[in-house]
Amino acid sequence: MSTMSARERYSPLMELTASRMKEFLREPEAVFWVFLFPVLLAIALGLAFRSKGPDKIPVGVVETAREDAAAGRAVNALSASPALLARRFPAAEGREALRTGRISLLVEPGPPMVFHFDETRPDSRIARLEADDALQRAAGRKDALAVQSKRLTERGSRYIDFLIPGLLGMNLMGTGIWSIAFSVTTARNRRILKRLVATPMRKSHYLLAQILGRLMFLIPEVVVLVGAGWLFFDVGVKGSLALLFLVSLLGAMTFCGLGLLTGSRVNTIEGASGIANLIMLPMWLLSGVFFSSERFPDAVQPVINALPLTALNQALRGIMTEGYGIVGIAPQIAILTLWGIVSFAVALKIFRWR
Amino acid sequence: MSPERTDIAVRCHGLVKRFADVVAVDGLDLEVRRGECFGLLGPNGAGKTTTIEILEGLTAPDAGEVEILGSHWTRDGRALRERLGISLQETQLTEKLTVGETVRLFRSFYENGRDPDAVLTQLSLDEKRDARVGKLSGGQKQRLAVACALVGDPELLFLDEPTTGLDPQSRLQLWEQVVDFRSRGGTILLTTHYMDEAERLCDRVAVVDRGKVIALGTPAELIGSLHAANVIEFSSEPELDEESLRALPGVTEPHRRGPSWWLPVGSLAETVPALLALVDRSGARLVNLSTHRSTLEDVFVSLTGRALREG
Repeated sequence: MSTMSARERYSPLMELTASRMKEFLREPEAVFWVFLFPVLLAIALGLAFRSKGPDKIPVGVVETAREDAAAGRAVNALSASPALLARRFPAAEGREALRTGRISLLVEPGPPMVFHFDETRPDSRIARLEADDALQRAAGRKDALAVQSKRLTERGSRYIDFLIPGLLGMNLMGTGIWSIAFSVTTARNRRILKRLVATPMRKSHYLLAQILGRLMFLIPEVVVLVGAGWLFFDVGVKGSLALLFLVSLLGAMTFCGLGLLTGSRVNTIEGASGIANLIMLPMWLLSGVFFSSERFPDAVQPVINALPLTALNQALRGIMTEGYGIVGIAPQIAILTLWGIVSFAVALKIFRWR
Repeated sequence: MSPERTDIAVRCHGLVKRFADVVAVDGLDLEVRRGECFGLLGPNGAGKTTTIEILEGLTAPDAGEVEILGSHWTRDGRALRERLGISLQETQLTEKLTVGETVRLFRSFYENGRDPDAVLTQLSLDEKRDARVGKLSGGQKQRLAVACALVGDPELLFLDEPTTGLDPQSRLQLWEQVVDFRSRGGTILLTTHYMDEAERLCDRVAVVDRGKVIALGTPAELIGSLHAANVIEFSSEPELDEESLRALPGVTEPHRRGPSWWLPVGSLAETVPALLALVDRSGARLVNLSTHRSTLEDVFVSLTGRALREG
């Protein structure tokens, strides 16, 4: 029996990769953050920003007496507008409601009619236009021009369609950086790295196993998030699923490189978290996860577009919502590849084994 | 490749290692023969760990030469690692892995090694095979560390403080492993600050203090160098002065140790009555008195005036 097992072949790379995966799967918190959290976040945000038509804007009407007829007429006129929700207020209370933002506009029935509102609040400006229109119509104004509105609520143009690729990109970044940086930092801190390099283990095998161990979780990660988007919100993939997966793989590898770089020298988890946050926080904000990065000034756009998460999000969105092929996202692929290669090269160069 | 050369498992000459403001190793020379168990004995901070880590190829020395099994770290590091088993001081291993997975992982790094299960059996870790490393006791962890060192079937075993902090039973279990490995022809270099460990296990011992070897020999030779088979430790009130102690028969070198005097002597029968008479004559009261056969601890005290555990 022992002669048989003595003949057994051992693959250090496979053993290291398997160890890495077991280590991850036996950490329930890590499994939560990688698989469950992004889905919960997508559901929460998807519900919060679901396309249910615009909300009515609350407006107030000042009533001077208990059964104020002028105020009553104004409320009726305002309620005819589908955009407004009108209520009566005693004068002082109305001002208070306007000041604290409970209503967007306060109407004092005249004559002349007086609109109280804060010009810096977009909702107030809309309420002012809507209220004026409603009151003028009630007073008998007719449209000089016939217009017709068509609302846009197509698949692909909703917030959730924007959000799912962004969350996927964010998750690929987070998992890559956290999992690798934490794993190598812990191993260094506990002097496991030192013990490993005291064996004939090849260092390249160790680092490769970190990456392979992380990539093994890529398929479930992408499937869970894209699947949840499709199942709960009918978010589809316009382009090729294979390309979506390949771009996810490229993104995951790029962030593995950054994760390795994050953990290349620090000796404590605190130090690693600091560096990881330094790398990730700006990208959470700038790279178009929750809102379009084009909202930032033109001057900083070249910088934002050069960030790896921006490139990944743009590529994922291109495939999912625009149906782009590989040519359409070539610049993003180039940016990701460059980040990946540079961060790997630097990490390997400066990696500290003890 | 003279036969004399291959007889030596570890040779180092003129090792120096400085850290920011301390000289950890200060011109240290060693020769460990094949098939022996060699001990580096010294207090904490003597430079034992730095020395053994230089020999293990984990730390680069600032000066000096190292030759392990006839090879050099700079030339043939990886091939050399195939032939070594290493247990670091307080080795920590991945807590989420099981004992069996850990030994298997270490086995996979070696071209030729032993069956992981056989090694677990040898270290009485069979029952713990499926237990997570994080759940093991100190003694079990240390046995696992030794299992990881043995699974590559090494010729030379480095053990850095293998029994520090272990309970007596775990110590005995580990000692058995060392004796067993040596009896199969393996070479061992271990560090310890336990004199009994060095006496029990080591064929030869180098006493290390402040980065230097201050004595070298078999435990019997080192103890014999005291020219005193026994040691008397005593204290009295008021204390006796060194002059009158030196005048006692058989006493050559009295040492102060805290509130006590420490007297290496040849024969207890000769010195003890004379000491009691001296205490009596000086009108002092004996607080305590004990005697023991000389140990390596006494060698260290006589060389440095300090106890091993005082550091």
